[in-house]
Amino acid sequence: MPSEAVLRSDAIAGDNGMSPEALRRLEAMAAAARRRRRLQALLPWLVIIGMFAVWEAAVHAFNIPQFVLPAPSDIALSMVKWWAPLLDNSWQTLMTTLIGFGLAIVFGLLLGVAIGSSTLLYHGLYPLLIGFNSVPKVAVVPILVIWFGIGTVPAVITAFLISFFPIVVNVATGIATVEPELRDVLRALGARHTDIIRKVGLPRAMPYFFASLKISITVAFVGSIIAETVAANKGIGHLMILASSRFDVPLVFAGLMVTAVLGVAMYVVAVAIEDRTTGWATRGQNDQQHVKFGSA
Amino acid sequence: MSGGRMERPFVEISGVAMRYGGVEGTLALQGCSLNVAKGEFIAVVGPSGCGKSTLMRLVTGLWPATAGHVVVSGTEVAGPLSIAGMAFQNPIMLPWRNILNNVMLPLEVVEPHRRLLSRERAKYEARARDLLALVGLAGFEKKFPWQLSGGMQQRASLCRALIHEPALLMLDEPFGALDVFTREDLWAVLQDVWIARRPTVILVTHDLREAAYLADRVLVMSARPGRIIAERKVDFPRPRSLETTYSPEFVALVHDLREYISAARKGEEIVHAE
Repeated sequence: MPSEAVLRSDAIAGDNGMSPEALRRLEAMAAAARRRRRLQALLPWLVIIGMFAVWEAAVHAFNIPQFVLPAPSDIALSMVKWWAPLLDNSWQTLMTTLIGFGLAIVFGLLLGVAIGSSTLLYHGLYPLLIGFNSVPKVAVVPILVIWFGIGTVPAVITAFLISFFPIVVNVATGIATVEPELRDVLRALGARHTDIIRKVGLPRAMPYFFASLKISITVAFVGSIIAETVAANKGIGHLMILASSRFDVPLVFAGLMVTAVLGVAMYVVAVAIEDRTTGWATRGQNDQQHVKFGSA
Repeated sequence: MSGGRMERPFVEISGVAMRYGGVEGTLALQGCSLNVAKGEFIAVVGPSGCGKSTLMRLVTGLWPATAGHVVVSGTEVAGPLSIAGMAFQNPIMLPWRNILNNVMLPLEVVEPHRRLLSRERAKYEARARDLLALVGLAGFEKKFPWQLSGGMQQRASLCRALIHEPALLMLDEPFGALDVFTREDLWAVLQDVWIARRPTVILVTHDLREAAYLADRVLVMSARPGRIIAERKVDFPRPRSLETTYSPEFVALVHDLREYISAARKGEEIVHAE
């Protein structure tokens, strides 16, 4: 039987003895991959700029009145004009959203872990959760106002309620779907239920958790702004209601823009954290190219 | 059933039955009895679906038997045994841990290592590295499972089963998903490990050459409900090599085992096994 070491060193020798033709081709492939990555990074910006350009052109071409659909340039002017209240109110919205979202993370993780690790809890609580999630959050806001009055608290709670559910479901799924064999390996070692959750369930649920954060952070903005439009004296939602009552449509759109930017920014933060902590879940797809070409 | 009568066998299974899913469920095992001496390497072969994997789970205490007794190391098995190491057909590595940390996972669970791990990390790490080197994975400690081939992952899985120096090693078709060449390499690796450490090994497999190459004794199971219907001692000197597998005696043994399996699938009794 030939030993493995012999076979392996043969294979490496074959790799190193690359012909110039092969090298050239490999480099061309690497260059193509680089171009592709550059285009990928640029594409979102091109799409956004393109959308604004088409919008601007359409408003001018069809002579759409400003109170129906303001042109992006009008919105930009309005943003410059009202920068101070916009900044002030978006700061308020960002804070209420982040507090609600933070609460959703804490309670979502706890409940998700509890539900995911116990079939009894899962079956007991799931219908109730579905019921809660089916209730339109706009309908809840007036109740919150009765309980807590007009202000920040209803907005925080609405953001929490709306972003809580995706986290619970995802974390529970991640923990409940641990491979039975893996569970057996640990159980056969005498591992306790908590050991299995800690060593396998939680790390395994992390990609699910971060996937849910990306959904949750964007809907958390929806929640706080809904509450602000109904009952608040501060925040982007409140500002938009004021602006629309004065028929200042560019300012309404400016508020929408700010919200969208905040949402995207928070999403990017969530993605960055995800990449850092659960890179394993993508099985190193990103550095695969790097490994291939780096080792050549 | 033969086997060392001088001392008490390390694993005693007597009259074990296992039925899944309640009274009307599938009967996987019935009247299954076998003994394994300490330090012995046995292989269990049988037609597919005969309850080989069920047997593994009963011995390690993952599932309770519906009837009969399973005694390991003199005590009746009532729950998971921490003296057992397990490896399955699937290497099932944790993708978020590198190979070294995957191999060291049992140490975080099994006493007394669990208590000692943080204090004596260096010692344990050295042990894991030695083990990885033994199976030909030196230099791969910091790699992640997905960066390794299936055969390499299976080697690591074997290390994980061995790291806490279990007295009993349970292998459930550990090489079943590998190609023939890798499989034959790993037979030699497993044999080396066994010769070096002498754990008691129960290997479940459907590969008759594998069973004959590795085991001291090969047990044949009947079709479901499974029980042991034949057993063969394997006397080839160790260490065995691939050359052994081409000797006429080896071929004859595999041929005999094949006949038992055919008979088992047809449901025939085999009276004289040896």
